[in-house]
Amino acid sequence: MATITIGIMDPPYESANTPTAFRLVEAAIRKGHNVNVFCYEGATALGFAGQKPHANAVHGLSLEEEDHPNPKEWVKSLLTFAGEKKVKLVWCNCGMCVDERGVENQVEGVCRGSPVDAWKYSEASDGVLLIGTE
Amino acid sequence: MSRYILIQSKSPWESGDVGHFYALARELGDRGEVTFFLVQNGVMAARTGASDAGLDGILGGKVRVLADDFSLRERGIDAGSLKKGVGSGAIDEVVDLLAGGAKALWH
Amino acid sequence: MAKYLSIIDSSYRATIEEQDDTAVWFTHAMKNGGADVSILLRGDAVNYAVSGQDAKGLRFGARTVKGPDMVRDIQAVIDKKISLYAVADDLAERGIPASRLIPGVEQVQRSAIARLIETHDRVLSW
Repeated sequence: MATITIGIMDPPYESANTPTAFRLVEAAIRKGHNVNVFCYEGATALGFAGQKPHANAVHGLSLEEEDHPNPKEWVKSLLTFAGEKKVKLVWCNCGMCVDERGVENQVEGVCRGSPVDAWKYSEASDGVLLIGTE
Repeated sequence: MSRYILIQSKSPWESGDVGHFYALARELGDRGEVTFFLVQNGVMAARTGASDAGLDGILGGKVRVLADDFSLRERGIDAGSLKKGVGSGAIDEVVDLLAGGAKALWH
Repeated sequence: MAKYLSIIDSSYRATIEEQDDTAVWFTHAMKNGGADVSILLRGDAVNYAVSGQDAKGLRFGARTVKGPDMVRDIQAVIDKKISLYAVADDLAERGIPASRLIPGVEQVQRSAIARLIETHDRVLSW
């Protein structure tokens, strides 16, 4: 079992980087690794509890029929998945970035930290990947 | 020997900087083991017939080139239509390299 | 303790964010925490090494925005003994002469980036 730290910067829905980051986290957990995710800037909104799903008029589907989860659900699902696999997933937001964006209300299991915390996660990891933004 | 995982998320048509990343992969390939992982629009250059001299320049050399299977599927690119020297790979390949301590660069 | 290389490419992105440039700021914060860090400016981010940048004067309605002071922030990085490199080829392509650089910025050739990566344990690609 290894420990991997992944830095994410993009806000929800704005970049293909987000699904790739989620896929990496999922794959790492599935393979039995511990994962630290550090969200910087807009990525701190990924776990914002205020996200709401909606119906899709273009698809002609109701909210229930569309059944499309918001990113906060992916975060929750990954935290649950890590528990099932008995590995540790830390989902840490840059606290200052959270405050600037007003996304303090996060799903359960998400923590706050600083660049120094990110560095400490990295120091305790076998591999580190920062997915930068544009 | 150092191991590197270079992840190319952009196509050469959306970023003029992609060529430098290919070149960096080649240079690191002279110093260690390099896996070059195409993901997202990065896979657009992997089709047979795609015009990208930069990618062509690292194929068949020391650098191992993989294209993310999901990104290929998402864009309707069959694994059989990839350029010679590009393999289809799962995101797990990146995880394995990170878990093994490879240095990772994203572009 | 690992040696980190922050490769900063994305630039002039967060002009109204307090800690712009956020990658320079993050790397500086890591250093303050005890990390061993270096910075490589490449692509358009080499312009951060230029003297005379001035982002003052933004005003939205009645509220002024201080704007980033990149010269101050780059100088602070240098004063903190964080090695600060800029890719000479990228400077030349953008018509930036050495005489315009903030003192303390070290130029490296593009062909030397691989060596720089080799001599650091971890890379942060911004």
